[in-house]
Amino acid sequence: MIEDLLHEPLRNSLDHCVKCTICETVCPVSNVTPLFPGPKYAGPQAERYREQGEPVDEWSVDYCSGCGLCTMHCPQGVKIAELNAHARYAVKQRGGVPLRDRLIARPTVLGRLGTPVAPLANAALRARATRVLTERLLGIHRDAPLPAFAGRTFQGWARKHEGPATGTKIVYFHNCGTEYYEPDVGEKVVAVLEHNGYRVEVPKQDCCGLPLQSNGLFEDARKYVLRLARALAPHARDGTLIVGNATSCTVMLKREAREILGLEDDPDLALVSRQTYDVCELLLELHDRGELKTDFQPVEEVVAYHAPCQQQGHWIGKPALDLLALIPGLVVHELDARCCGIAGTYGLKREKYQIAMDVGADLFNQVAASGAGLVACDSETCRWMIEHGTHRRSVHPVELLHQAYRL
Amino acid sequence: MEKLSTDVLVIGGGATGAGVAWDAALRGLDVVLVERGDLGTGTSGRFHGLLHSGGRYAVKDPSAADECARENLIVRHIAPDAIEDTGGFFVTTPFDDPAYADRFALGCRNTGVPCEEIEPAQALREEPRLNPRVSRAFRVPDASIDVWRLVWALARGAQERGARVLPYHEAVAVHRDGDEIKGARVRNSRTGDELDVEARITVSASGAWAGKIAGLAGIEGVQVRPGRGIMIAMNHRLVNTVVNRCQMPTDGDIIVPIRTVCVVGTTDVDTEDPDDHSVIQDEVDAMLAYGERLVPGFKDARALRVWTGVRPLFEDTKGNGDGGSSRDVTRAHALLDHMDRDGVSGFFTITGGKLTTYRLMAQDTVDAVCRQLGDPRPCTTATERLPGSHDGEYIRVEDRLGRRERHLRDDQLICECELIPRRRIEDTIRQRGTTDLDDVRRLLRLGMGPCQGGFCIYRAAGILHGHDGIDTSQANRALVDYVLERWKGVWPILYGDQLRQARLDDWIFQGVLDIEHLP
Repeated sequence: MIEDLLHEPLRNSLDHCVKCTICETVCPVSNVTPLFPGPKYAGPQAERYREQGEPVDEWSVDYCSGCGLCTMHCPQGVKIAELNAHARYAVKQRGGVPLRDRLIARPTVLGRLGTPVAPLANAALRARATRVLTERLLGIHRDAPLPAFAGRTFQGWARKHEGPATGTKIVYFHNCGTEYYEPDVGEKVVAVLEHNGYRVEVPKQDCCGLPLQSNGLFEDARKYVLRLARALAPHARDGTLIVGNATSCTVMLKREAREILGLEDDPDLALVSRQTYDVCELLLELHDRGELKTDFQPVEEVVAYHAPCQQQGHWIGKPALDLLALIPGLVVHELDARCCGIAGTYGLKREKYQIAMDVGADLFNQVAASGAGLVACDSETCRWMIEHGTHRRSVHPVELLHQAYRL
Repeated sequence: MEKLSTDVLVIGGGATGAGVAWDAALRGLDVVLVERGDLGTGTSGRFHGLLHSGGRYAVKDPSAADECARENLIVRHIAPDAIEDTGGFFVTTPFDDPAYADRFALGCRNTGVPCEEIEPAQALREEPRLNPRVSRAFRVPDASIDVWRLVWALARGAQERGARVLPYHEAVAVHRDGDEIKGARVRNSRTGDELDVEARITVSASGAWAGKIAGLAGIEGVQVRPGRGIMIAMNHRLVNTVVNRCQMPTDGDIIVPIRTVCVVGTTDVDTEDPDDHSVIQDEVDAMLAYGERLVPGFKDARALRVWTGVRPLFEDTKGNGDGGSSRDVTRAHALLDHMDRDGVSGFFTITGGKLTTYRLMAQDTVDAVCRQLGDPRPCTTATERLPGSHDGEYIRVEDRLGRRERHLRDDQLICECELIPRRRIEDTIRQRGTTDLDDVRRLLRLGMGPCQGGFCIYRAAGILHGHDGIDTSQANRALVDYVLERWKGVWPILYGDQLRQARLDDWIFQGVLDIEHLP
């Protein structure tokens, strides 16, 4: 029943739709496949035919990747992607959630399973035979970009790490990608923050629930995000900021959990939501106040920058571009492709992988045309997709700052 | 002049007239039905779409309540293809006399209106937008009814049994020979051609226009006082259950979810002219304020369209005392046998009443017709299902989305708001043989969504143009006529979102199409 109530503000927003079609011009998915009829259709139009609790034979909204570009571009303020998320939830409620979706929506479970046996797990994930089998059994596309387990965790490093005793306290919300696949990115984030006078705390934390939410598992997603909010809120209460490097997970805390999961009234989440920053957003604010250390050494590289859809959903512009511009020698090409296609777990799915690749094609071509040897991008799943699609290395912008600081 | 000859000529193609045609055809009579506009464009097509449970009249008019309760069951059985089984609530808001609720419950018990008191919390669970300060709630079997589906199903059924249905044919003279009515002359409003219809019996089912038709027959004193009511359709369904305020029937006390919209209504203002469709700004404001009492936030929601309709409120000014008139005073509708009333045979007037009781009105009328013909035949409309309703399935708001999903890739979407594919529009144009996009609208809801035709109507005009024998200027005319018709219902509610929509539509029509200078 809670679904009925929390759905109302989103549903109200459909009244603002004037059919202008701008959302359909920006939708990365409907522009490459007829399987998704587009955000206007799936969102404000179809919503008029949906009645809470009443079954409707709809399937096409499941092809929405949830990138959120429609909502961002809508000049009238229609919460299109959020309406679609709800419709997807209803579709899954009715049709059931495949085991695959339940699995890939739980990065912490996968991480805990894979980390102790990383060499074996990684070898298996690289082997064609296992991937074919995984595709047949689970429906994870054989070519989809799956990250390699690091074999260690970021938390393990953080427990042993001895940071400065003084400085402004800040809480680091590393995400699951950092924890199990890219602990080195987390280490660099901590180093950059400490270099700028922060005392970084890393509380015990778990998944934000975003993959569950985007796979239509709202109840589980709520549990996860509230657990995370409970873990972070005590730190935020004295005004401490929370900073994260995964733009999709931070936008979940900032906005999506409240809007899509209808958790507007949770005080812990509200507090965490207010205090959460994307790391580039935070660093650029420091710089605007003249407090960012600018002892950057030259980095002689040509780098292409792609702002992930969910980064754009922060509504903070592209702070990474301003930060990267501070690094001497670094040549940055801003790309204007819409989306890399992966959309978290979307592009992993057998029936959606090719759509994801078609969505990403524009980005991949732009990278190739830019002549860049390296692609900077704020979101880890996007980086994995970009590496897969361009055969070039992709890094978080903070990694370049780290390199330039010579830390 | 062309001539037709028939048993029964029905003047008026609303629910009652179509119901009379269907009833008479079912009884094996030959029927001609004429309507000055399209079917269902008078009072029938201009109401909020409520199929009464009878609850509304439970206290004020018990016999009407009883009649509605019985007809509700029957119409649900015979015409589910036009009905959405929304159910209804009567709720006591803080603005209502709390004592009325007990009188209401008692009234329902006494009249056979099925009514169950439920916890207000339950009503709120089912309708989360409902005023949370509701103190009592009753569940009744109200429903919403798509009147054009009903009227066309009746007409189709009659046609299948040989009836001739002539929309856009206005009665211009009634043939009277001494004390006998022998039919009427009708004029095709599109071609101007006239036609004589010779009939053994002429039935005027012309509702609020009944006085005018009686006048053509030289009969005085049939006075139908048109009571004008205003309705506003909102952009989406704010409720999925019919919601009534539990109080004596008054202005703006009901919200009816129908198809993709919900409609708040209504008022009752005396007017002289049944064709008076003027919209008073104060009434618009009042409706939105009343809506707010049932559903907080209502007045901030997007209004789509406003219209008015006229109730036919019959008063017989012919003071012929007892027994002269066949009008049954306990009934909300009036059947006049002009033989009894005026000594004129072959002529009946059926007026008053309400859509929910259209079938009963038709039954009473055709019973009387058969009596006068000396050929009593039993009425079967209470059990005979209408064309399209044989599977017994009600309409669901989800249906169109489900259908669209099945044909996403093999049929173009023309009306995006109402999810109407190209094939449906082509078929309808062909079947109706019409060049009027408003006719297509009523059958399919073409252009009845948020953009009010702003994104679909030129597509539809293009499809029209592709049909045999329709030239550029006809297609352009259809487009302009449609836009002008839509505008009537949009301008009085131009605020907020609908104002933005109207501006965008205007840019498209003026800026892209240069609609005022089409060839």
